[in-house]
Amino acid sequence: MNWRRATIAMLAAVPLIALFAFGFTRNPSEIPSPLPGRDAPAWALTVFAPGEPPLARPVGDTLRLHDLLGKVVVLNFWASWCLACRDEHVPLSETARQYADRPAQFIGVLYNDRPAAGTRWIADMGGQSYPSVVDPGARTAIDYGLYGVPETFIVDTKGRIAYKHLGPISERVLRQWIDSLLPRAAGGDTPRRDSVR
Amino acid sequence: MIGLLAHNALLVSLIAVAFGALITPVAVRSGRREWLQLTYGSVYANFLLVSIATAAMIVALVTHDFSVSYVAAVGSRSTPLLFTVISLWGALEGSILFWAWVLALYAAAVVYLHHRRPGNLVPYAAMTLLFVAAFFAVLLVGPADPFRPVSPVPLDGPGPNTLLQNHILMAVHPPLLYLGYVGMSVPFAFAIGAILGDEAPSNEWTRLSRRWMLASWGFLGAAIIAGMWWSYEVLGWGGYWAWDPVENASFLPWLTATAYLHSVMVQERRDMLRLWTLNLCVATFVLTILGTFLTRSGILSSVHAFTTGAIGYYFLAFIAIVLVVTLVLVAGNSERVRTKGSLGGAASRETVFLLNNLFLTAVMLTVLVGTLYPLIAEAMRGVKVSVGEPFFNRMAVPAMVALIFLMGVGPALPWGSCTWAEARRRLFPPAIGAAILGAIAVLSGARTISVILAFALVGYAATGNLREYWIGMRARRRAHGESWVTALVRLTGGNRRRYGGYVAHIGVLFVALGVTASSAFRSEREATLVPGGSLTVAGQTVRLKSVWGREEPQRSVIGATLDVLGKDGAVIGTIAPRMNYYRVSDQPVPTPDVRSGLRGDLYVNLMAFDANGANATVKVIVEPLVPWIWFGGFVIVAGAVIGLFHRGPRGTAPELATESAPAPDPALAPAAP
Amino acid sequence: MVVALCTAWPARAQVAGTRPASTAADSALEARTAAIAATLRCPVCQGESIQDSPAELAQQMRAVVRDRLRAGETPDEIKAYFVSKYGEWILLEPRMTGLNILLYVLPVALIVGGLALVAVLVRRWTTPTANTDES
Repeated sequence: MNWRRATIAMLAAVPLIALFAFGFTRNPSEIPSPLPGRDAPAWALTVFAPGEPPLARPVGDTLRLHDLLGKVVVLNFWASWCLACRDEHVPLSETARQYADRPAQFIGVLYNDRPAAGTRWIADMGGQSYPSVVDPGARTAIDYGLYGVPETFIVDTKGRIAYKHLGPISERVLRQWIDSLLPRAAGGDTPRRDSVR
Repeated sequence: MIGLLAHNALLVSLIAVAFGALITPVAVRSGRREWLQLTYGSVYANFLLVSIATAAMIVALVTHDFSVSYVAAVGSRSTPLLFTVISLWGALEGSILFWAWVLALYAAAVVYLHHRRPGNLVPYAAMTLLFVAAFFAVLLVGPADPFRPVSPVPLDGPGPNTLLQNHILMAVHPPLLYLGYVGMSVPFAFAIGAILGDEAPSNEWTRLSRRWMLASWGFLGAAIIAGMWWSYEVLGWGGYWAWDPVENASFLPWLTATAYLHSVMVQERRDMLRLWTLNLCVATFVLTILGTFLTRSGILSSVHAFTTGAIGYYFLAFIAIVLVVTLVLVAGNSERVRTKGSLGGAASRETVFLLNNLFLTAVMLTVLVGTLYPLIAEAMRGVKVSVGEPFFNRMAVPAMVALIFLMGVGPALPWGSCTWAEARRRLFPPAIGAAILGAIAVLSGARTISVILAFALVGYAATGNLREYWIGMRARRRAHGESWVTALVRLTGGNRRRYGGYVAHIGVLFVALGVTASSAFRSEREATLVPGGSLTVAGQTVRLKSVWGREEPQRSVIGATLDVLGKDGAVIGTIAPRMNYYRVSDQPVPTPDVRSGLRGDLYVNLMAFDANGANATVKVIVEPLVPWIWFGGFVIVAGAVIGLFHRGPRGTAPELATESAPAPDPALAPAAP
Repeated sequence: MVVALCTAWPARAQVAGTRPASTAADSALEARTAAIAATLRCPVCQGESIQDSPAELAQQMRAVVRDRLRAGETPDEIKAYFVSKYGEWILLEPRMTGLNILLYVLPVALIVGGLALVAVLVRRWTTPTANTDES
């Protein structure tokens, strides 16, 4: 029994085991997006679900990202067939209402779904406070590197993507980001604070 | 109640195998052979207990006993009986139980067949199998316990994954896979047993382990083909192999096992390559454990991945132990195992086998590194990359084509050596087959050199192997005046290893031809049809007859029936792709329909349909020669079966020029491998 | 058990006419689209290319490839576009830069090195002096 050779051979196993151990710390289905930090891709999309006052926009109106410069934009991709989207529906609608008097704009983008199904889903869920637009051919979704729903992008006032959120987003995360990106209002309002969940 | 019984049976089996494994070295060292009865007894006890647990699980599934956690997870009252039974291996815990049962079966078989053999090989081999069984027993009473009690007991369950209820091949692929995978523990156990029992520096033990490796190789090959067939018929993209990490993981041990089956012949004839063959034997087992680790740990994303949990850590620990122990044992004993043989000459079958091993190892390492590379890149660069089909086609396939060529060269060259002139003489005739198939490829429309070359080399190898049969049969006819059929049967019967091997070669060539043709000459089109509308692809026409729906207990089915039209417009058949909407899932499972013929498949998938049945969108794919792949799988298995029943003396001394030689007749010589 | 989502269809597949018949009027364009699409990974599938995948998003990405080809972009530019949106992961074959070079060199080195090794071994094992002790 040659122990010297045995020990050397044993060391060969170490990198492989280390690699596998490393693998446990990674989630293979989470793909980091190259978009945060870069300018948000432009889009011009048509409203199909108007939302509710004071945030409502008329059906058929064209919304452009360019027009929203200076505001914090929360872009949420969703679909009526997406089960996880139901979890974030209330946080999004509620938070949108709370920031109605601040320069923040919430927009829903329908992903691979029929507008009629989307409208029906909104009605079933009790209404959506902000407008939703259609994205024909998923061009905008592809432009944003979408690979599942829901995904939420938060764009800062200068038009750069600050954050991409995979999966249902919570009110706390929304507030955190929007507050950090809003310009400091001189002696102005602070948004109403909920108790931290 | 039944869950408790089964769980306790598994607990007792863990104690039994641990005891049996630990008593073995004591028994051997102390010289008390009768204590080995405890070792063998624990193997049999393990088989009995795990069988009880497995039977209990089947009973629980069939009786819809939702108080058992596994049944609550995969059972459903509306699933047809067959799919209920085969859901035994459909999800993680059940598959571990099934693995443990197959392992127990193999261990019991090994002990039953070999326990009378003198020496320490079999005791230590049994000990190795008991240690492996202990690992799975730990899983089954711990993190992968399928018999956890569920309270409150639900009234019904979600049923197995919808993709797994869609096709009958789900009853075939996993059992074959496990018989292959788990079977490779046996040659490994013999290898470890040989090292520990101090028989590794001889060739005796390889005679034992070779048959077990051949059987496992056959099962694994059949499983891979069955898996390809299943994904072809179920997944709807008309393909059968995606270089998915788990597919690759099943392919890797098959490659090293193939290399082993060849190098072991060199070991027996020339008393060489013993250490290399030992390494192949061990590597095959390690790769099977690696494969099951990748499937169950979740560290690589894959279609096949089971749900993950703590079980991945257990597998990692097991792999670490297996790797360390085997590396220590093999490397530590390498000097004693190593041989000092010699070759007769460069132009010999032995050289071809060396090349065969080289290319098989190269393919194995390429596929292994490619599969693990996303993990490596993330560890070293922090970036997520993909390694998919284009990479493997570019980097692994050329070596596989080289292997096809070697399949024609090996049988033509003799053992020992021959002159280069003689070699040229033997290697020339199959070139006719190369020319014929190359011409067929060009006439069928192939324009790329790689496709034509692949066809030509398949032709070369097929001709070479068939020619070996022809030479042998012709010699027998001359000597005994037998009919062709009798000559064939007696020839094969007289040397089942060799001629079984040639049959297996021919099977692989069928597969290669089917794969090449269906990749190179595939055509597809998609169209929306109204009833009466038709679509033509590569000379095949389908016409939509109707769009319909029906209800089944566990699913709603929407289908489109199409007529297949012959050359003159007459209806020669129907084809009906469907979409299955399972109640538990909001995503339907599209189920294509396939019409197979000798020249290929007509493959139709339902892509979309109008809710009123006014039209249907279908994708029609014409896939030439795909059935030859499945047929080739059967032929490979036939070759393995023939080889398994080999009997007769196997010489270890070098034997020269006993076949394919002009002067002495091969079939008349005493049976020589 | 994780299942390839790209084999599944959302319910809106029932709508008539959402999928136009592939006209393949410009079959050369189709061939070029297919060639590029075969190298791009379907984001919602496990390892399939957008050429093979029946998923909606995969078909839409193919349409993007087709349009960009029509607009005159080169395959490299189109691939770079997708990489800028999804990261390197979207390519089914890693780019030959940096560490990835090792991935491509390894198979070639194995075969070339292996052939050389076999040649050396065969020579060593067939010369008469090889029959004496060697380590």
